[in-house]
Amino acid sequence: MDLTLKVWRQSGPDDAGRMVTYLAKDVSPDMSFLEMLDVVNEKLILEGDDPIAFDHDCREGICGMCGMVINGVAHGEQRATTTCQLHMRHFEDGAEITIEPWRAAPFPVIKDLVVDRSAFDRIIQAGGFVSVPAGSAPDAHAVPVRKEDADDAFDAATCIGCGACVAACPNGSASLFTAAKITHLSLLPQGQPERLIRAKAMVDQMDAEGFGGCTNTGECTAVCPKGIPLDTIAQMNTDYLKASR
Amino acid sequence: MAVTGAVMVGFLALHMLGNLKIFYGRESFNEYAHWLRTLLQPFLPYRGVLTLLEIGLFLAVVLHMWAAITLTRRARKARPVKYVAKKSQATGYATHIMRWGGVTIALYIVWHLLDLTFGVVNPAGFNSAPADRMIEGFQPGRWWVTAVYVIAIILVGLHLRHGIWSAFQTLGWVKGERRRIVKLGALAFSAVLVLGFLAPPLAIMFGVVK
Amino acid sequence: MIEYTEGEALRDAKAPEGPIEERWAKRKFSAKLVNPANKRKLNVIVVGTGLAGGSAAATLGELGYNVKSFCYQDSPRRAHSIAAQGGINAAKNYRGDGDSIYRLFYDTVKGGDFRARESNVYRLAEVSVNIIDQAVAQGVPFAREYGGLLDTRSFGGAQVSRTFYARGQTGQQLLLGAYQALERQVKAGTVEMFTRHEMLELIVSDGRARGIIVRDMVTGEIERHTADAVVLATGGYGNVFFLSTNAKGCNTTAIWRAHERGAYFANPCYTQIHPTCIPVSGEYQSKLTLMSESLRNDGRVWVPVAAGDQRAPGDIPDEERDYYLERIYPAFGNLVPRDIASRAAKNVCDEGRGVGPGGLGVYLDFRDAIGRLGRDAVEKKYGNLFEMYERITGEDPYTQPMRIYPAVHYTMGGLWVDYDLQSTVPGLFVIGEANFSDHGANRLGASALMQGLADGYFVLPTTLGDYLANGPYGEVDEEAVAEAEIKVRTKIDRLMAVNGTRTPDSFHRELGKIMWDFCGMERTEESLRKALELIPALREEFWRNVKVSGTPEELNQVLEKAGRVADFFDLAELMCLDALVRTESCGGHFRAESQDADGEALRDDEHFAHVSAWERTPDGPVLHKEALEYDYVKMSQRSYK
Ligand SMILES: Cc1cc2nc3c(=O)[nH]c(=O)nc-3n(C[C@H](O)[C@H](O)[C@H](O)COP(=O)(O)OP(=O)(O)OC[C@H]3O[C@@H](n4cnc5c(N)ncnc54)[C@H](O)[C@@H]3O)c2cc1C
Ligand code: HEM
Ligand code: HEM
Ligand code: SF4
Ligand code: F3S
Ligand code: FES
Repeated sequence: MDLTLKVWRQSGPDDAGRMVTYLAKDVSPDMSFLEMLDVVNEKLILEGDDPIAFDHDCREGICGMCGMVINGVAHGEQRATTTCQLHMRHFEDGAEITIEPWRAAPFPVIKDLVVDRSAFDRIIQAGGFVSVPAGSAPDAHAVPVRKEDADDAFDAATCIGCGACVAACPNGSASLFTAAKITHLSLLPQGQPERLIRAKAMVDQMDAEGFGGCTNTGECTAVCPKGIPLDTIAQMNTDYLKASR
Repeated sequence: MAVTGAVMVGFLALHMLGNLKIFYGRESFNEYAHWLRTLLQPFLPYRGVLTLLEIGLFLAVVLHMWAAITLTRRARKARPVKYVAKKSQATGYATHIMRWGGVTIALYIVWHLLDLTFGVVNPAGFNSAPADRMIEGFQPGRWWVTAVYVIAIILVGLHLRHGIWSAFQTLGWVKGERRRIVKLGALAFSAVLVLGFLAPPLAIMFGVVK
Repeated sequence: MIEYTEGEALRDAKAPEGPIEERWAKRKFSAKLVNPANKRKLNVIVVGTGLAGGSAAATLGELGYNVKSFCYQDSPRRAHSIAAQGGINAAKNYRGDGDSIYRLFYDTVKGGDFRARESNVYRLAEVSVNIIDQAVAQGVPFAREYGGLLDTRSFGGAQVSRTFYARGQTGQQLLLGAYQALERQVKAGTVEMFTRHEMLELIVSDGRARGIIVRDMVTGEIERHTADAVVLATGGYGNVFFLSTNAKGCNTTAIWRAHERGAYFANPCYTQIHPTCIPVSGEYQSKLTLMSESLRNDGRVWVPVAAGDQRAPGDIPDEERDYYLERIYPAFGNLVPRDIASRAAKNVCDEGRGVGPGGLGVYLDFRDAIGRLGRDAVEKKYGNLFEMYERITGEDPYTQPMRIYPAVHYTMGGLWVDYDLQSTVPGLFVIGEANFSDHGANRLGASALMQGLADGYFVLPTTLGDYLANGPYGEVDEEAVAEAEIKVRTKIDRLMAVNGTRTPDSFHRELGKIMWDFCGMERTEESLRKALELIPALREEFWRNVKVSGTPEELNQVLEKAGRVADFFDLAELMCLDALVRTESCGGHFRAESQDADGEALRDDEHFAHVSAWERTPDGPVLHKEALEYDYVKMSQRSYK
């Protein structure tokens, strides 16, 4: 199939950036979205043009490195799917596809579709951990954990840190990402001692990074490739309110 | 947001119930208006409670708007470059309805006060009984007034449908199964409110209440 | 063909003597400690933030060293360890099913086909129990049972249930645990993090590893970082095959350039092929996706009896299907080990009986499981895997058998290290998949995660401390630093200057095909000699005809790729040489000339019970042999019939 791509090109952080149109010919429906871009890039390189820069690594939906806004939707319209796992069979022959980077002030564009997500690392640094030096841990069976709690904690912990939630949120809020980590650790006995300071510190860091506030519009969870639920935000709010008292 | 919203929601519920008294006749409604003003007298002066309520309400509105403006400004700052294409994936009306709907509601309230509280833009005039102002205001000849009210009230309903569950979420009370219930509850509550508010003006316009 | 010479035998000088159970305790006790006040003044560079590097940097930071941590991704959390699915082994014996440290040790030595060191493997098994404790304390949400205790499963042919898991995302959860510990140290100021930085050279001063040259992948700046010791935790090199289950960025650059600076490369030819991957769908294919091995518990593997049978799978009646694993290996059936399942799939495809595009695939059929257990039960067990399969192939595995094919998955070879995890360059430590140490010729499922974390959390912090306590090692020679930097710049300039007509990817793809065809699942003297002719020719064309667009002073993904491909060429050559020299079959290395009457791998213990450690010299590769002795586990031939 043949496609028309409208891609955001921005040579660096200081460039204003613009949409540029490319034709992608003979795209196979079995290609992944990134493989389609690989093919476009191969051609650009040979023509002496700069290929479209985009982040990716595992290409199996787990590292969280890939991510672009495809036709107005973070990671594209297929639900619960990262960009690297999106396949071309979901597009029509002749379609026009717009491709943009995550857009948020705390995620400045480095080049084309590549953005800087280090703000997420700093949110984790603020408190997204359990303080336990190597070798000091008690036997793993010393503290039983209810299966339901372990399962819920796991669900929250599956966040891959891709940033689609921020990209989709009309407020540019990082609430879902932050809440996922807070919830994961809040649900486990190991996370209790630092529970409230963690919530406070992480939320404050999120605000300091310049992310917007959450007004519960739910766009984030709708695009989240791991389906992190809004419950996590409620949990974050509970812990944060408690910590603020 | 949640707290100020809750105060306003509380007021609206009472306000709607009060409005429904029009169906028991003008006297009943005027009595209610009077009762509001003489409540807890002589401990408090005439309009004492009402004034307190009004102050509380006013504060709530102001704080609510302040919070809304802050949130909106933060959101703008968090996304300085807009998307060329953006498609909503959630049940997605919330953002626009909350912001623009909220502003519309605010404008409406101003006009509404001029109309029914102060009677400035009301045919019954300033020095009239509340029930008269209301009945005069919604005569068929002034259909556009009724129309404004209908639109405003529907907007209020939409605002609350999202606002109420959102408030619960903000306070961290919505988890798992409860989310569906709270959302349904918010919808039901908003629907009742909308119907309750719509009833008097429509009834007057169509001559059911005279 | 490249010539090689044989050098002096190599010996692991650090492994303590005595009963195997006491060796690690002994080494820990004999290791010198660094005075806490001095730790702050000691700088350590850790390259890589996977399970090995992430846990090492976090632990060293916690101990008070001044750590600099590097990775090429935008966040340490994205290291390829994140993709591990199945689980992590540990000899906890929580089930009371007869597991023990000794049994895990035994299974690993045997599974490695007697090509791993006993001392190392015993230590790995010993430390495995602490890993689970550590991870649980960090909040890693392992699967649990209703009683609140940890659940385990059996994995990779083990007879005990010792694999701890977090649904199909064990690597992710363990890595996030290490990542969070690492970020905690970043906040505490003990670790300085450098993301989007690629190591391009090792600085060796006065015979010791004293730093690295990196390229800031955003600005293109070439930076020098010096330290008292360098740790490489840069993962495996399976991407030399272009198509593998590894992440796109996985590379050999860091260890290869260390190899060029004197670190020996051990057993490069040992690669593990995983039998259950989603087959290639076309020329454009950029990587292969693993489907969890657990699918073989309920899926039945088959191909049509007749070659070239084009019918849809549903139209092929049972008598015309060949359930070949069940037929050839009645005892283990569909559950034979990875290498055997992989080779069997290749054989039936070579007979022209493969299915799907290009005939490179076999069916993994759940029809009978669905019939027996019901669709719901199958969905409960494998739902997310089925979904992933459907997402990639567009086919519904509930109604149509999956197609699977083997793919390169893991590399057992790597830089040679002693018991202390130190390479032949003093001060250069190598951990995780990047070293060669613990898996011999074949890694058991769920043991790589164990090794990475054992190295990072428990082993390295002790042995590195010993090295540093024996210092200080003086000032770093400025000239050595400058020389290393010039080497990096020259290489980049050379790549930019070619300005040819082929992209780095096109070369990589072609190199990968050579490796897969001639140094893949089955190797022969002839195929390897052929590869050793083709590789240098292609490399020559690469340096003459590669095209790198853009400039080096910006984010330039083409340049990054070109640099990695250049190193893959050199590595590929060494792999083929190593495979050629090792005329026996063992573990993941199958030489067609060395098989028994049933077509099973045949070891040659008399000539090859050693580690092949390659030194790179201007006069060509030099082979050093480290003899392997088995005092505890008796050498025996594997049999799965
Ligand atoms: C799909 C898949 C599934 C697997 N499942 C399992 C399983 O179930 N159980 C199991 O035990 N094992 C499994 N494995 C194997 C296991 O995941 C890996 O062997 C292990 O995670 C490797 O960890 P590592 O820390 O050594 O390296 P990695 O996690 O690969 O980390 C490498 C690090 O080095 C950095 N790096 C690399 N090169 C450079 C450079 N030049 N400059 C700077 N930084 C660099 C990277 O940024 C990264 O941070 C699986 C592997 C794959 C591919
Ligand atoms: C004055 C004009 C108004 C504006 C600009 C406005 C704006 C907003 C906005 C942007 C939100 C979203 C915040 C969020 O969901 O957290 C919101 C929430 C809400 N609004 Fe309003 N609104 C206005 C008037 C009202 C009125 C009159 C009521 C009630 C009668 C009301 C009740 C609520 C409630 C209950 C919420 C939910 C609070 C929460 O989620 O915490 N608002 N409003
Ligand atoms: C059909 C719908 C409505 C009718 C008939 C109505 C009627 C009235 C009347 C008659 C008053 C004057 C009461 C008095 O002076 O004693 C009043 C006051 C008021 N109304 Fe409404 N109202 C309606 C809807 C609304 C809505 C939707 C809102 C808010 C969103 C609202 C907000 C107010 C406020 C803030 C006051 C002033 C209260 C005070 O001064 O104490 N009204 N309304
Ligand atoms: S919450 Fe979802 S969308 Fe957000 S970073 Fe995590 S995985 Fe991505
Ligand atoms: S989309 Fe944004 S508003 Fe809240 S619910 Fe999600 S963070
Ligand atoms: S590339 Fe790893 S999630 Fe897409």
